[in-house]
Amino acid sequence: MALDRWIALIFVTFCGVYGYAAFFTMDQLLPPFMQRNPVWPSTFPKVLSVLGIIVGLIVLFGVEKTEESDGEPSATEINYRRLGDYKIGQALMLLGLMVLYALMLRPAGFLISTTTFLVIGSAILGERKFHIMILVSVLATGFVWYLVQEVLGIFLRPFPFFMGM
Amino acid sequence: MLEGILIGLEAAFSVKNILMVVAGCLIGTFIGMLPGLGPMSIIAIMIPVAITLGDPAAALILLAGVYYGAIFGGSTSSILLNAPGVAGTVATSFDGYPMARKGQAGKALTIAAVASFAGGTIGAILLMIFAPALSSVALLFHSAEYFALMVVGLSAIAAFAGTGQVAKALMMTILGLILATVGEGALFNMPRFTMGLMDLQSGISFITLAMAMFALPEALFLVLNPARGASNAEGGSNKITNLRFSREEGKAMIPVIGRQSVQGFFIGVLPGAGATIASFLGYAVERNIAKGGEREEFGKGSVKGLAAPETANNAACTGSFVPLLTLGIPGSGTTAILLGALIALNVTPGPRLMTDTPEIFWAVIISMFIGNLVLLVLNLPLIPYIAKILSIPRNYLIPFILFFTLMGAYIGQNNATELLMLVGLGVMATIFRFADYPLAPLLIGFILGTMLEDNFARSMQLYRGLGFILERPMTLGLLVLAALLVLLPSYRARRARKRAEGVADGD
Repeated sequence: MALDRWIALIFVTFCGVYGYAAFFTMDQLLPPFMQRNPVWPSTFPKVLSVLGIIVGLIVLFGVEKTEESDGEPSATEINYRRLGDYKIGQALMLLGLMVLYALMLRPAGFLISTTTFLVIGSAILGERKFHIMILVSVLATGFVWYLVQEVLGIFLRPFPFFMGM
Repeated sequence: MLEGILIGLEAAFSVKNILMVVAGCLIGTFIGMLPGLGPMSIIAIMIPVAITLGDPAAALILLAGVYYGAIFGGSTSSILLNAPGVAGTVATSFDGYPMARKGQAGKALTIAAVASFAGGTIGAILLMIFAPALSSVALLFHSAEYFALMVVGLSAIAAFAGTGQVAKALMMTILGLILATVGEGALFNMPRFTMGLMDLQSGISFITLAMAMFALPEALFLVLNPARGASNAEGGSNKITNLRFSREEGKAMIPVIGRQSVQGFFIGVLPGAGATIASFLGYAVERNIAKGGEREEFGKGSVKGLAAPETANNAACTGSFVPLLTLGIPGSGTTAILLGALIALNVTPGPRLMTDTPEIFWAVIISMFIGNLVLLVLNLPLIPYIAKILSIPRNYLIPFILFFTLMGAYIGQNNATELLMLVGLGVMATIFRFADYPLAPLLIGFILGTMLEDNFARSMQLYRGLGFILERPMTLGLLVLAALLVLLPSYRARRARKRAEGVADGD
């Protein structure tokens, strides 16, 4: 089964769960005076879940015929069947790094976490000239922080929590 | 109308707003050139900046400037590197890149800039004519018609998605609508589908979603496949020397520009079609009507082949503002993001925009003229310098793209959980892209979701049920149109296939 059909299957399941919540659990909390309204908070989700299941099934069973593309996809086209040729390790590591950045941003402060993020990010991609990368990261981080904090006036905690800022 | 134009002129020519246009165009060109950051990502990154300005007119002018700049930057990388940063400029590379290979990169850029300028300017004139007319019709609409109109918009977006893609696009639209129901809506005052999580109380932020749908997958693809976005140029071709084109070439361009700016504009007005379809169609039309020798030139560096998509995509960008400004319904991912920004600034686009806040409406349109002029006289001479950004190695570029994506989502919310959601939704979007699901319908569905439900609920309350569909003929008509839009492509495909099979049997 092709990837797009797997996604359709997951989507249909998701709509089922969503629809279950809309049809059976949501209205229990509804205060009686609202039950006299023609529209309930669950009305629209109910419609959506039914439509979602129908459309999902159409994709799942391939009712709508897709055009067969002919010829080899070009090198710049992205194709999951060639996933093995791709640098999937790098991509996963970068995603992990982004999660780490999200978790560290508050406790470690903007300046440290951003500089580290940029340096490690380029190291993952294979950069080995650390002296240049560190310099670039520090300058860029400082510049962005100044721009956001001073020019735009949006607060970004610059230093780690224990420094009291 | 004249009064409105004067107010708009006054607002647009304030020093602040001119600065906004110039800054927007420059930033847009600069970032639009980079692979992996299309107009949608750039606008999403710029939204917190625009919101901080506090002035809706200035904010919209800035964002519109960024939009044109990004399209222009995308054309530049199409021509110089054969690496279009934006889908709307893919057709530009068909003739722009061969021209650059012949050592005429400067000329190609000038032709692109002139064609863009003409397309954008003629588009803006058409916008001035059609938007007020459409606004006055839209004033007659009630919530029932609005509801129906949004359904038409969403169906049209799916219908234009291409053969075999309609169901997938619909699926994405519905997913977008479902995501929009998460959180505490203004309508019912009770949290829905938050799964008890505090962070979902206010719903999913549209900037986070926009970043996750467009910026993050594109950046991940750059990581996964280094061939993507890398320059296909074998060196030397992107020396930008002579920026001039000859008088004959100029003459050849004029009819192309005339045709494509009108055609592009009207394609842009249609929801879901937009700059990409306009540019491909523009290219195809011009190739078909070109005569003998000229047709041979297409694909090998034809002046007409370069001017056509460039004119069309800019005219279409302008055209896409028509439904946004008059109906408050975005027809493309980019205008959907602009709509989100406007809502964040407490401006509700729609037919009332022109009468209630003419200074915003007209200032935006006037600034389109200024923006096009800025691109021609300021950005074009600067291109050789701006193009240096393309030589930044990807080891440096990708971490920065990721960082800007994260920042875009963080600045608006100041909430680190938003970043985790960004990564999660981004991975989901990447998988969707792998499976060939279109993502713009998801975002448009998400942004329209709340409004769609509001209008639906309001009509239900007014008519105590679904009666409004039958009692208001316009609503019924629009809903029938929506159904036709969705069903027609698959019906026609089925018939064409049947006919093809019949022929095969007959043999």
